[in-house]
Amino acid sequence: MDINAYIESGILELYVAGSLSEKENEEVYALMQEHPEILQEVLEIEAAIIKLTASTSQRSNGHILQNVMKALGFEDNDIKVVSLVKPKYNWITYTGWAASIFLAAGLLWTVNQNKQLQSDIQIAETQQSLLETQIENSKNSLTEANTFITVLRDDNISRIPLVGQGTFADTYAKVYWDKTTERIFLDAQGLPEPPEGMVYQVWSLKLSPLTPTSLGTIDDFTTDTNKIFEIENSNESEAFGITLEPAGGSATPTMEQLYTLGVVS
Amino acid sequence: MDLDNLLERYQAKDEKAFERLYGIYSDSMHGVIYNIVRDHDIAEEVMQDVFIKVWHKADSYSKEKGRFFTWILNISRNAAIDKIRSKAFKKSKQNLNTDYFVDIIETHESLDDKTDAIGVKKFVSKLKEKCKEVIELLYFKGYTQSEASEALDMPIGTIKTRNRNCIQELRNMVLN
Repeated sequence: MDINAYIESGILELYVAGSLSEKENEEVYALMQEHPEILQEVLEIEAAIIKLTASTSQRSNGHILQNVMKALGFEDNDIKVVSLVKPKYNWITYTGWAASIFLAAGLLWTVNQNKQLQSDIQIAETQQSLLETQIENSKNSLTEANTFITVLRDDNISRIPLVGQGTFADTYAKVYWDKTTERIFLDAQGLPEPPEGMVYQVWSLKLSPLTPTSLGTIDDFTTDTNKIFEIENSNESEAFGITLEPAGGSATPTMEQLYTLGVVS
Repeated sequence: MDLDNLLERYQAKDEKAFERLYGIYSDSMHGVIYNIVRDHDIAEEVMQDVFIKVWHKADSYSKEKGRFFTWILNISRNAAIDKIRSKAFKKSKQNLNTDYFVDIIETHESLDDKTDAIGVKKFVSKLKEKCKEVIELLYFKGYTQSEASEALDMPIGTIKTRNRNCIQELRNMVLN
């Protein structure tokens, strides 16, 4: 076969154009495999035709490839995906954090304030109850004082001064005896505070023979403010005495500890 | 990488190989399609359809039956011709321009952005009328040799040699 004549026939140009029959195409392909000159000729014809036809393309077509790949579902790296990731931190984040910190601080402050106020209320309540007690005490004292004034003004009441005895000569007391209501008011202002574990005991005395009758112990001597004590007395007393006795009192007076004594006139 | 290897990979559904092939042939196909439809938007639409088809029909290509270029050239021309024969196209393009590819190249304002464009333009300007006709029919329109022979009213042998000479001129212009 004359290869040159075959090439010169122009069949290869038609082969590239796609103008040959299927049978002719297969013949050209077979010859291309056998004769590199034929293949080379085909490649050059093809290259020239590609350049010619490309010259009639007036626009770039890269975007068409993108559309084709999209349509085919290719995962293509060349397709630029616009990142929708927002900047990690923006002013909302910052103000948000600032606000929550401020809020937390405010809350702590409020809790602290609340605690403080509750403590203040506790103190106030304590003070109030203390004041109430004081008012109550004052009322009691006032009542006692008023009663005492009534006693002092009453003509039927006997006044018996009790004089300090022996080593207790500088002590004194007074008894106001209301015989109709069978009670005495003891003004013990002139007595010292009894030592720890000891109490004053008041005695009603008969003189002949000398018979002491206990009128009771003054247990609240220290706490009483005006030192005036109301004591029941239904005895036909001839004298009154006060001794210092162990707490709880004694059956008979301890004469060594006789502080004051006064005879009913 | 040689073309045979690229084609094997493309037929094995390698996306990168397909992209490479698009890079090699897309301008050429676009030129052929545009020459037939003469409308940029429609040419784009036909291009997309053609290359989607090229991907899906990869199995049906066989190198024994012809060049890959020739295969996709056929697909492109047929798709473009189908388009201009469609009712919708006929309605919108009543006075279809029947100019040859030569007009596009000669009026092309941005030729300089294409490789060898100046060479092609020189060739086209010197091209004999008989070359314009035969190239238009055989390459841009896809006529068979007998169809071309009939259309140009000349024997097949004459078509072959005339075409051969025209392409030789083109090769001298753009390849050397």
